[in-house]
Amino acid sequence: MLKTTSERLGGLFSYSNLLSCFYQTLTAGIVIACAYYLLLATQENLEARHIESGFSFLTQEAGFPIGDSLISYSPSDSYGRALLVGIINTFVAAILCIFLATIVGIVMGVAQVSGNPLIARMAEVYVEVMRNIPVLLILLFVYGVVLVGLPSVKQAIEFIPDGFLSQRGIFVPRPIAGDNFIYLMLSLGLGIIGTVFFLKWAKKTLDATGKSYPTIWISLALVIIPPVITQAVFNDVLTWEAPELKGFNFKGGWVFRPEFAALVFGLVLYRGAFIAENVRSGIVSVQKGQREAATALGLSSDRTMRDVVLPQALRTVIPSTTNDYASLVKDSSLAIAIGFPDMVSIGGTMIGQNGQAIEVIAIWMGVYLCINLIISLLMNIANNKFQLVER
Amino acid sequence: MKKLAVNKSTGKKISGMMIAGLALFATQASAGTLDDVKARGHINCGVSEGVPGFSNPNSDGVWSGLDVDMCRAVSAAIFGESDKIKFVPLASKQKILAVVTGQVDLTSRTTTWTMKRDTKEGVDFTTIVFYDGQGFMTRKDLGVSSAKELDGATVCVTSGTTTELNLADFARANNLNFEPVVFEGKKEAVNAYRSGRCDALTTDNSQLASFRTTMPDPSAHVVLPEVISKEPLSPLVKHGDNQWKDLVTWTINGLITAEELGVTQKNVSNLAEAQRNNPTVQRMLGASGEYGSYIGLENNWMVNAISAVGNYGEIFDRNLGKDSPLNLPRGTNALWQDGGLMYVAPLR
Repeated sequence: MLKTTSERLGGLFSYSNLLSCFYQTLTAGIVIACAYYLLLATQENLEARHIESGFSFLTQEAGFPIGDSLISYSPSDSYGRALLVGIINTFVAAILCIFLATIVGIVMGVAQVSGNPLIARMAEVYVEVMRNIPVLLILLFVYGVVLVGLPSVKQAIEFIPDGFLSQRGIFVPRPIAGDNFIYLMLSLGLGIIGTVFFLKWAKKTLDATGKSYPTIWISLALVIIPPVITQAVFNDVLTWEAPELKGFNFKGGWVFRPEFAALVFGLVLYRGAFIAENVRSGIVSVQKGQREAATALGLSSDRTMRDVVLPQALRTVIPSTTNDYASLVKDSSLAIAIGFPDMVSIGGTMIGQNGQAIEVIAIWMGVYLCINLIISLLMNIANNKFQLVER
Repeated sequence: MKKLAVNKSTGKKISGMMIAGLALFATQASAGTLDDVKARGHINCGVSEGVPGFSNPNSDGVWSGLDVDMCRAVSAAIFGESDKIKFVPLASKQKILAVVTGQVDLTSRTTTWTMKRDTKEGVDFTTIVFYDGQGFMTRKDLGVSSAKELDGATVCVTSGTTTELNLADFARANNLNFEPVVFEGKKEAVNAYRSGRCDALTTDNSQLASFRTTMPDPSAHVVLPEVISKEPLSPLVKHGDNQWKDLVTWTINGLITAEELGVTQKNVSNLAEAQRNNPTVQRMLGASGEYGSYIGLENNWMVNAISAVGNYGEIFDRNLGKDSPLNLPRGTNALWQDGGLMYVAPLR
């Protein structure tokens, strides 16, 4: 039944429409007024209590030391730079945790539905135990075990040549670029280009003839072998700076401190269990017929899982895993309990010194929000891509 | 972006800080703190999470220590009873904020009186109850005899304190390199030191002495001789409530004056009778003058305070000095007449 224009316009300006418009405007107005009032009252209270406000403190000298920094930092640098150190630490820890937790999650998730009852039960026990313990306890436990379990710095274990393990952390040799380093980069670049062409060719061959190659191993060889040959043939390509025990501690080399290691290990153990559960439920949600069809076509169980089941499982796995990634990033703020200088730990020090809690908390919220929005964005893109695969 | 669900397990520390921070929103200026306290029937007193000798719950869960006794004295001065207190354990970085937001009425928590805190952070300090200084504790087997030999050492430290800043200043001034490991709480820092994560632990010397007693073998640890900072510790209150600040200040001043005058927990009840000719004693114990009313209390406020916790010397000996496991010497915390720094304005 078609309505005339006047009827439609009349509908637009009808009594009920106007009323609902009025209520919506009123609600929005009240919310804005409340926010404005809170802002004014906060400013007034801060002034009445002689507390500085604003972000100008970020340029002042921080004055406190930070133990673990990826960029150069000294106590005479500004609060802004100190906070940047923390943000970078949070970011690096979060990215590394997400990467490792995903691997743990996929392995454990697949293991849970494995036909081997021993593996399946063990994976189940892991998931159930980790999911049901508060993450803070896991972190404290891991950190405690790390500290008690490792030898003192004087009795450090040399687990690889020039690599030392002690209560001060894991020290490994640091690569230093020599004069001929450019050749190494070139050979690596050639290896990667070669791999891309190989993968394209392998896919074409697979589609055309059904003949498949061990692509993973060949790709790895293509990427790794050329740089290794370069290193052997040319002089002064890459040298290693070995850590050395001097005085109280090792000097030189790369170090992973116990706090960082415990944080990453603890968060990965915890969040990996959730992701494993997502993966398991994703796999279970794939219709049995798909697997039976793949088996009927003569695909091995490995390839059935990799090429048939997992791609379809991803559709249910991705949305819930996005949430887990977001939680993981937020959980990284617990780093403070085990002495890792993440953004929250460093911001806390700044609050202790300045009393400017609102500003620092606003920065914390902003950074977490940004990180999680980026994750959400990337995961939504991935999600859309996999949703299209549906047939 | 709808996938960005709120997760319950967000760090509890953050939410704690946020509540404290949000408390700054829209709180109306109240009547005086004293009126609030009287109406409420108890004081909210901010203390540490456990520093033996200063504030620490004993095996029965009763808080004790020098800082705790300051709160008890204030409670006794107001209510006549020393247990009208709710103790609120605070992390280092909360100690200022908690008092600014009114979460506690006073913080008595080994807090150093600094210019910035006094002028820029919305709090006022009352009276110095302990003259401290920052030092270092190391294991004896490291063979270190001076903090200046600690170049390259890993040092455990607590966040949100002047300790962190002093450590950096000391390192810069002496061209040393420390690798700090910063912990949220004292307990975590001490545990990390005990397990060998750090070569040295740094905090105020009195606390080092306190933590040393908690080590499995105290004699294996040594407090180095350097004192790298001045740490005058004082209870603090919200800026701008002068009546409340006066009350806390003069109650503590009274405890120190009581030691000067020889007024003790035992003799306080009949000393006003016994020393009729000592005008200072008469004024302090409310037998003459209206001194209690100047700070909005009964005139026998100091009688109540002293009978609850004793004079400053008794408080010190019981919690930190010769009657305690810490057995700290009075040192700079002796009365001025005994060569120490304890010197307060006269009660008159």
